[in-house]
Order: sequence, then C-alpha cells, then structure tokens
Amino acid sequence: MKHKWITYPYIIWMIIFIIIPLALIVFFSVIIETEHGLQFTLQHFKRFLEPVYMVVLLRSIYIAFISTLICLVLGYPMAMILANRGLNKKQFLVSLFVLPMWMNFLLRTYAWLTLLENSGLINTLLSYLGLKKLNLLYNNYAVILGMVYNFLPFMVLPIYSVLIKIDKSVIEAAQDLGADSFTVFRRVTFPLSLPGVMSGITMVFMPSVTTFVISRLLGGGQYTLIGNLIEQQFLYVGDWNFGSALSVVLMIIILLSMGVMSRYDKEHEGGGLW
Amino acid sequence: MVIRFIKRFYTFIIFSFLYAPILVLIIYSFNNSRSRGKWSGFTLKWYVELLHDRQILSALYYTILIAIISSVVATVIGTMAAVGIHNMGKWKKSLIMNITYLPVLNPDIVTGISLMILFIFVKMPLGFISMLLAHITFNIPYVILSVLPKLKQLNKHLYEAALDLGATPAYAFKKVILPEIMPGIITGMLLAFTLSLDDFVISFFTTGSGVSNLSITVYSMARRGINPKINALSSIMFIVVLLLLIIVNNRMSKDDSIKESA
Repeated sequence: MKHKWITYPYIIWMIIFIIIPLALIVFFSVIIETEHGLQFTLQHFKRFLEPVYMVVLLRSIYIAFISTLICLVLGYPMAMILANRGLNKKQFLVSLFVLPMWMNFLLRTYAWLTLLENSGLINTLLSYLGLKKLNLLYNNYAVILGMVYNFLPFMVLPIYSVLIKIDKSVIEAAQDLGADSFTVFRRVTFPLSLPGVMSGITMVFMPSVTTFVISRLLGGGQYTLIGNLIEQQFLYVGDWNFGSALSVVLMIIILLSMGVMSRYDKEHEGGGLW
Repeated sequence: MVIRFIKRFYTFIIFSFLYAPILVLIIYSFNNSRSRGKWSGFTLKWYVELLHDRQILSALYYTILIAIISSVVATVIGTMAAVGIHNMGKWKKSLIMNITYLPVLNPDIVTGISLMILFIFVKMPLGFISMLLAHITFNIPYVILSVLPKLKQLNKHLYEAALDLGATPAYAFKKVILPEIMPGIITGMLLAFTLSLDDFVISFFTTGSGVSNLSITVYSMARRGINPKINALSSIMFIVVLLLLIIVNNRMSKDDSIKESA
C-alpha cells in the first residue's frame, strides 16, 4: 500500500479544481484593469464598505441569525423528544424526520410558494372563513420561513445525536441528589448537549447566510441577500472583480465562524480545517 | 399524562410543518385546475404533459447521466486517494485533508463561482463537460470522507499477512483491503450520487446554454410562477428519494450492526 501514485490523480484534480479556482477568485478580487494593464488594488473591498452593500451584508446576517434562533427554539425540544423515544420508534421517527431533507431543495422551497401565494391554499382557507387575504409572500417572514423549513433538520440532528450519547447514569445521579427535572436540564443535559447545539447552529447559520435561492423565490427579488448580490455581479452585472471580492469576504466569514464553532465541538476528531 | 400529550402534540405539529407542503404539492399534482385554490377534479394530465415536455425530459437525462458518471469517477478517484491518504505521514495527511474539507465547508455559491471563473478563464465552453467536472469535484471529498473511517477500522496485519503468504500487493489489495472497505465505498458512491442529483447552486453557475439539470429547470420554472408540471415532477422525485433513502438507510444500519458485532 505504499504506492505513492495512488493519490496523484486526486492531488492533480484538487490543484486544478479546488486550489486554482479559489486562487483565481482571490486574484480577481485584488486587481483592476487600467490602461497600464492589470494593477493591484483594494478598491473592490473598499466598495463593499459602502452603505448600500453593508446593508445587504447586515440583512443577510440578521435574517440568518433569526432563522437560526427559530430553528434552535423549535429544534431543541424536538431533538429531546426524538432522543427519549423507544429504540424502534426512534429510528423510524428519525428517518421520517430526515426524509424531507433528501427531497430536492428547490422543490421544498417551491412547495411554500404554492402555499403562500395570493391564490394559494392558506389565503383560500382564510377567505373561506370570511377573513381578509394576507400578503404572505415576498417579505422577510417568507424568507425566514423558507430557511427554517429547509434547515430545521440540520439543527435537530446534531443535537439529537449528542443527546442519545449522554450517559443516563449522569442524569440519574443528578436526580438522586435531589435535582428536579428543570435543574437536571439546566445543569446536566443542556451543558452536555452544547457541542450538538454548536454544530447545529453552524449547520443552519452557514447555508442561511449564503443562500440566494430562498430569497429569490420567496423574497421575490427585492430582498437581496449577499448570495443574490454575488450572483448578480457575475451573471447580470458582469463585474467579476467586485463579485470575487464579495465571495472572498463571504468565504472568510464562513471559514472564520467554522473555526470559532469547531472549538466548541469537542468530539471533532482531527481533520477539519482548523 | 399531560406531558406525554404535549410531546405527542409537538411532534405532530413539527412533522406537519415538515410534510404539509410536500403533501399539498403531491395532492395538487392531481388537480385538474391550474389554480391552486380550487379543487376541480382528479386528473393525471400534468403527468402526461410532464412526459411530453422536452425541456424537462432533457433535464432529467442530464441529471441522471451526470449523477452516474460523476459518482463513479468520484468514487474511483476518491477511493484511491483515501487509500493513499491513509498511509501518508501526519503532516502531509493533515494538509491534504484540510484541502479536502474546503469544498465541503465553503459556501456552494463560492465553489460554483470559482469553478465558473476557472472554466471561463481557460476559455472552456460552459455546458455538459464543465458541469460534470464540477460535480466530480464536489463529490470526491464525500467519497474520501466515507472511505477513510473504514480504512481506520481495518486491521493492518491482514494486508501484511497476505503479503507474507505470497500475494502480490495488487492481489492483496483486491482480496483483502477492498472487500473490507467496500461498505464505505458504496456508501460514498450513493452519497455522491444523491448529492449530484440534488445539486442546484454549483450546477447553476457551471452550466451553459442548452444543458440544465432538474434543479435548474425547477428554478427557472418557479421564477415564472406556479406550474402544475413541477408538482407532478415533485411527486415523482419524492417517491424516488424515498426509495433511495430506504436503500441507503438499510445499508447504514447493516454497517452499524457489523460494527457492533465486531
């Protein structure tokens, strides 16, 4: 098994399709075309600091934050319920829980489009009841709803997998020592489940910050997030330099927060980027 | 009693939240009327129309073709890489693993755009080949990450014993190592296949005119508003995914039981 050549195809592949493309993005983000040829510049990053773009960044982070928070609040109890089930039922329920996640991401988002639109099911029900139709689509709430719907399993599963590993005798010990169930949760279960909570937060927050599909379909284009901004720069505006600078910023945000989060993730066995 | 009821109720609410949209989608795929609100009789016409829609059929063709080719190529390259990485020195190993994690951790949009820039930079036309290369690229890490744990579990001495008994390295690899890591390889390939089938963002940026996969087709149709054909498509895809998941799940639990009994 000492043949070195066995990794060569991968190493070559990696250099061509992972390293060079990323290097190109970084390259494009710091150059500008002038009459004297290409020149080094930081103006694309400076442009990002303009209020118009900062608003987009802050909005992306804000919406992702709210979605993550809702996922945590909804997901933690769900993970606890799943973890406390009997073994047979547990496996069935967990696979049932994962199932929608395996359906195409776009179709899941599209499904909400059909529910929320003006002549959609919810509004039809409302008008049956004699209530006024609501404007459910194309606002922040719709975008947040789409994110929570799509990413909730990413929150529940990591928490669940930590919860089922907690040693039951620790909890029993706490109970023997006279802790009521709330104290047990506050002092034992919750602290022990923190690694799961952390990776859940990471796994919801990251895709929420970077998505451009949910905001495009449910936010109707007027709710630009940083993902939409990047897409626009490359596909419509054609400003590769600014688009690259945005991508570099996004990449740094993601990799940094990954690094911070993985410090809490004690079970992380080697590997990882940090 | 009350707590049990609350738990049941909460589970019910969350599962309805997860499944209601999909169910509604499936039910309305049989609805005769184009509009969402009204139910005007059962029909299969959207399914028939779906089967005659050239755009969707060609997207389906490309989706499956790319998923098959990319998962097979990624499995071959990834398995070889995993075997090599497993035997590397510590420093080299962590360098390569860090780079392997890059496409997994990086936002899809950045991966997609970086590949698009690469293809345009070398003046390669965007289309089938570029999309295929992109899919192979994001699939390889998942294969490596599925195969490596199996290699870690492997007993080193088995391979040495085979060599001592006169097997050539290639023969020993085929007869001793390959069967042992096979579950990891298959899981990695299925994972790669599913990810490729499901991918939107990276495909969206790396494909060109004329070639699109199902996700891209859904996106462009959904942007133009509701279309009952998408509902029919969703129902079919839901069933397919359901079947795939059952297969993968069976495999995983089989792996687990092997692990536990060992």
